Amino acid sequence: MRHIISVLVENEFGVLSRVAGLFSGRGFNIESLCVAETLDPTISTMTIVTSGNDTIIEQILKQLNKLINVIKVTDFREMDYVSREMVLVKVNAEEKKREEVLRMVEIFRGKIIDVSPKTYTLLITGDEDKIKAFLELLKPIGIKELVRTGPVAIARGEKVIKIREKQSKGGEDG
Amino acid sequence: MKKTGSQIFVESLKMEGVDTIFCYPGGATLNITDALSQSPEIRQIVVRHEQGAVHASDGYARATGKVGVCLVTSGPGATNTVTGIATAYMDSIPIVVFTCQVTTMLIGNDAFQEADIVGITRPCTKHNYLVKDVKDLARIIKEAFYIAKSGRPGPVLVDIPKDVSAQSCDFKYPEKVFIRSYQPTYIGHAGQIKRAVKLILSSKRPILFTGGGIISSGASQELIKLAEKLSLPVTNTLMGLGGFPGNHRQFLGMLGMHGTYAANMAITHSDAIIAIGARFDDRATGNTEEFAPHAQIIHVDIDPTSISKSIKVYIPIVGDSKNVIKKMLEFIDAEKDSLKDYKEGIKDWLGQIESWKKDYPLTYAKNGKLKPQYVIERIYALTKGDAIISTEVGQNQMWTAQFYKFHKPRTILTSGGLGTMGYGFPAAIGAQVAFPDRLVIDIAGDGSIQMNIQELATAVQFNLPVKVVILNNGFLGMVRQWQELFYGKRYTWTHMNYAPDFVKLAQAYNAVGYRIEKEEDVDRILKEAFANKRPTFIDVHVDPEEGVYPMVPAGAALRDMLLV
Ligand SMILES: Cc1ncc(C[n+]2csc(CCOP(=O)(O)OP(=O)(O)O)c2C)c(N)n1
Ligand SMILES: [Mg+2]
Repeated sequence: MRHIISVLVENEFGVLSRVAGLFSGRGFNIESLCVAETLDPTISTMTIVTSGNDTIIEQILKQLNKLINVIKVTDFREMDYVSREMVLVKVNAEEKKREEVLRMVEIFRGKIIDVSPKTYTLLITGDEDKIKAFLELLKPIGIKELVRTGPVAIARGEKVIKIREKQSKGGEDG
Repeated sequence: MKKTGSQIFVESLKMEGVDTIFCYPGGATLNITDALSQSPEIRQIVVRHEQGAVHASDGYARATGKVGVCLVTSGPGATNTVTGIATAYMDSIPIVVFTCQVTTMLIGNDAFQEADIVGITRPCTKHNYLVKDVKDLARIIKEAFYIAKSGRPGPVLVDIPKDVSAQSCDFKYPEKVFIRSYQPTYIGHAGQIKRAVKLILSSKRPILFTGGGIISSGASQELIKLAEKLSLPVTNTLMGLGGFPGNHRQFLGMLGMHGTYAANMAITHSDAIIAIGARFDDRATGNTEEFAPHAQIIHVDIDPTSISKSIKVYIPIVGDSKNVIKKMLEFIDAEKDSLKDYKEGIKDWLGQIESWKKDYPLTYAKNGKLKPQYVIERIYALTKGDAIISTEVGQNQMWTAQFYKFHKPRTILTSGGLGTMGYGFPAAIGAQVAFPDRLVIDIAGDGSIQMNIQELATAVQFNLPVKVVILNNGFLGMVRQWQELFYGKRYTWTHMNYAPDFVKLAQAYNAVGYRIEKEEDVDRILKEAFANKRPTFIDVHVDPEEGVYPMVPAGAALRDMLLV
């Protein structure tokens, strides 16, 4: 089953490799990974798309939490969320194809962000289904190159993934 | 007050109460080495190989419960620590490893003796740091010790570039640590603990199954209370040995691949397992599909990742073993009424266990040859279970686990998770440094002892009267045993017939050497060896083809044991 997981981490060097290393070292798979700073510049969000059965996902969540630099881990399966991904596609835009490409960009509310005599570079954002549909339709026209960001996600409505710090229960502090 | 990085290092260690470090010098350590020369309060045990320094600090930590500390140079010094760190990581041992690093400016330039040790050890440390600014040094050291010993303990590495150890800044050792992203859970969920107690009291075939968590949490006394109050049979993992007295009548011995018949049968037939501080390693569980098919499992562990990792758990409790057991005892006291029924209900079960114990005790074939198991029985008898015993890895380790009854926690030092040959001798050195007056014995194999034999010079230099009993079978015995059973007795690579003469070797190092070849010499020579106050090798020529039994073949169910 496919899960989108958001991981709030300390914005320090080396954290990305701790997370990536955890996945490779334990044989978990990463479909996509997207990292950037949050409102609070000391914290970054990593949005990770992964898949596995319940036991594996449970381990992934726990193992991520166990990393010292990880502040909070959220599995979006546990809530309503919206997710979007951005895609840049360079497509064949020879004379006779141009009309069709333009029409599709319009239907999918994309943009043409670069033009050459033989190609258009398109930008589209959307959820997984929309992007899949768009790319399917472009295929016959001729996709020359494709770059995707991987999705980012956020909870629906008023819910906010707060940076409530991990709570110690009991135990002496240092 | 301004201090250099090296002085800050030394002062910070003192603030952490460090009395001993295990170390090895190099160009990159020189600033710190020099600062330490002014600090005789910190005992500096210079080893002969950096792997030895890490194992020694690990042995020191296991024997004392304190954080073990070592310090080595950059590049090869740092890479030599990796096996030691991975060993401590697998067994959750609190150590802080300081590696020195090339100058900050040179990092990333393939400088002389540069190694990305933070990168290399990321997957085998609990956490690690590269100190880029001397101003961070004190805080990082404080955090390193805190992380190493709190929660589920483990090794932490701190990499200190040479310029950082030279630069100066104001020094004030932080009083507290606060790491917002690291807050271990010590107190178990009361509702879950209550459910657990109810489950146990309604069970008919309960068993306690405990691991190294009992030792690291210091929960031994509480465990004994719990076991006695509920008349529970107890089995341990290798890491749990000593957490419950090996000579207690409720003890079944270790479970797993080389566990006792009673322990493996009891686990298999139980209807409720109370697992505390054990992580269900494959050597303990055998085939997980067939592990304890009738049991509902309660699992207490401070590390949530250990719970339901390999075995599905019915009642998970995240928390510190000692706290959780205490709480369990409280709840049990409130359940006086059900206690009577419970005790009545488990009578048959306890009877069954007694007969398993009686019918299939640990044993070995006595065929006139000198048996390794006999040697361990005698070591146990002569030391009355009161020595600190380390082991190497292989048959020597398993026979020790089976035939030496560990009475107290922190008396067995053994590489359980990683199974590191060469661990036992330096670990024994570390323990002996901590307890100069106790008897510390490494029970070794002829193969393993050769992996860190250079540390004999360390033992001699620092007057550490460690005893090494080599169960010399002329083989890499444990591997040979697998070849005997599963590879048609083709003993490829496993002959050790080019071993040195260990007696002469000990003498060459200015240590003492003995050889034992006959059963009748065992007691006399062991007594003499244990009484002398010098590092001593005792080379015991045992039956070359003796095996470790019972044995559950890899991947088989626990009940499918090969017996003697
Ligand atoms: C560093 C390391 N290399 C290889 C092994 C694999 N191994 C496990 S037991 C064993 C044999 C150990 O031989 P010895 O020390 O003579 O002990 P014995 O089994 O004969 O008692 C080997 C090679 C290991 N555990 N550790
Ligand atoms: Mg051997």
